[in-house]
Amino acid sequence: MSEAVAAGGAPARPAQLFDYLLRIADTSLVLAQRLGEWIGHAPAIEEDLGFANTALDLLGQARLLFAYAAEVEGRGRSEDDLAFLREEADYRNATLAELPNGDFGDTIVRQFLIDAYQIVLYGGLRKSRDARLAEIAAKALKETRYHLRYSSNWLVRLGDGTEESHARVQASLDRFWPHTAEFFDADDLDRAVTGAGIAPPVQDLRADWLRQIEPVLAEATLQRPPDAAHRWYGKQGRHSEHLGHLLADLQYLQRAHPGARW
Amino acid sequence: MYTQGLAEPPARAGAPEPVVEDAEQLRRFEARIDAEEKIEPKDWMPAAYRRTLIRQISQHAHSEIVGMLPEGNWIGRAPSLQRKLILIAKVQDEGGHGAYLYSAAETLGVSRAELIDQLLAGTAKYSSIFNYPTRSWADIGAIGWLVDGAAIMNQIPLCRCSYGPYARAMTRVCKEESFHQRQGYDIMLKLANGTPAQKRMAQDALDRWWWPSLMMFGPPDTDSQHTALSVRWKIKRFTNDELRQKFIDFTVPQARYLGLEVPDPELRWDEQGRCHRFGEIDWSEFHAVLKGDGPCNRERMLARRDAHEAGRWVREAALAHAAKHRRAAAMA
Ligand SMILES: [Fe+2]
Ligand SMILES: [Fe+2]
Repeated sequence: MSEAVAAGGAPARPAQLFDYLLRIADTSLVLAQRLGEWIGHAPAIEEDLGFANTALDLLGQARLLFAYAAEVEGRGRSEDDLAFLREEADYRNATLAELPNGDFGDTIVRQFLIDAYQIVLYGGLRKSRDARLAEIAAKALKETRYHLRYSSNWLVRLGDGTEESHARVQASLDRFWPHTAEFFDADDLDRAVTGAGIAPPVQDLRADWLRQIEPVLAEATLQRPPDAAHRWYGKQGRHSEHLGHLLADLQYLQRAHPGARW
Repeated sequence: MYTQGLAEPPARAGAPEPVVEDAEQLRRFEARIDAEEKIEPKDWMPAAYRRTLIRQISQHAHSEIVGMLPEGNWIGRAPSLQRKLILIAKVQDEGGHGAYLYSAAETLGVSRAELIDQLLAGTAKYSSIFNYPTRSWADIGAIGWLVDGAAIMNQIPLCRCSYGPYARAMTRVCKEESFHQRQGYDIMLKLANGTPAQKRMAQDALDRWWWPSLMMFGPPDTDSQHTALSVRWKIKRFTNDELRQKFIDFTVPQARYLGLEVPDPELRWDEQGRCHRFGEIDWSEFHAVLKGDGPCNRERMLARRDAHEAGRWVREAALAHAAKHRRAAAMA
């Protein structure tokens, strides 16, 4: 791993870098797992293909991050060990990523909020002191621009479509909005990796994130919901009721056939 | 995937056309076919040629789309990140094939929406193979190996089909199908060399998918009513039985390499005929599945109808949005 020292800051311990990498990787993995549920059931073939594209990119990001995390950890675990064989509380994805797909509008809103978050996150990580992470972020950023374009296009069509579609996506937005607070609420780990020059300060990302989001909401004729208290901190392992079910699917074969190779 | 020589004959194929076609045009058309020229959308073509192609291409497109369901069943449970990526990419390819084939059908004067309505109404057919369940991960291997393998056998000759847009679609599709076949075989290889439980899984999948895969080539030539015309017009270049034989000869050594047993006690190599002899196919099962009585026919149709219904408000919103913007652009 590369030296991760901010000017004047304390270097991050490998355990901190490891935990931080899992936060990013798990969000991509869990969201890809959700998108995978759509394939074959989307409103049109083009949307089956669109969700598959995003899921493939997210899985690709997760693999790079898990592979790096496994090296940082240095205990001989593989990318699949990390992806498939942890306990629920050890997954560190943002809670929003694990919420059920709901209808197409729910999925689009969830995707849009996370896409915009990943844009600002990867944008910051591209300048990380950690060269490996910076490289992964630069690649992921390019992919995420496509994801955001896709989700934004749909959000505008649904928001500024029919009365029904407008009402549906406004309700989705209202429901999901509180979960975005977690993105920007710095905890000890966030402060440590920021201090070490590995990651951008999350509380500062919010303004950039809103700059990504607001023009699209305006074009979609949607109201930005009021900020609200949030109760879930997936990034600290405090998940909704839904993650366990998702993991039961994800982990099924690995758990049922310990040690088997696929 | 996947074309299939389906039992139902083309509407009145071989019967006299209701409209008397210009004998001179027909002669010129057949001369072009004989000269291996491609027929293009704007060219004159006999009504029966158009009908046969619309039916075949749309059945093929429907098969791609319905075929996403049994494999989609395992995307969430794929056993490694690598396998998950490959499976999503594979199922995505099938969706792409569907879209591409609907476009090829549209060059013949039908719309994708009409064709999908026919599928959902239950009046159009799709390949019988997708009415079987995917119970284990090995089924994903068996589908790639056998089902995509059979599809390749069927489709490689279609790359030389006389209808240009279909031939070109098949050329593109075949490249992807061979990747599908390889990834499926690779799954089987891992399982066949894995734990005892994995080996059992692989054998069980072969047991269940073998015969349905042979049925993918359609009824035997003696019962296939529309082969002759299709062969004359170079839509089809080999008969169902010829393709089935090729597939068996190609696949049996692969099963042997895997150390798996093909579930046919009568299967044997015929040294004189230089081909495999095989047991009787249960055609009553094939006809039952085609009629709608396979293990998953109802579920598959329900899944497609549910997706279509659940997507209605989305498609309406997209249309409404586009209409608003056309109006706005017109006023500007
Ligand atoms: Fe296909
Ligand atoms: Fe395929």
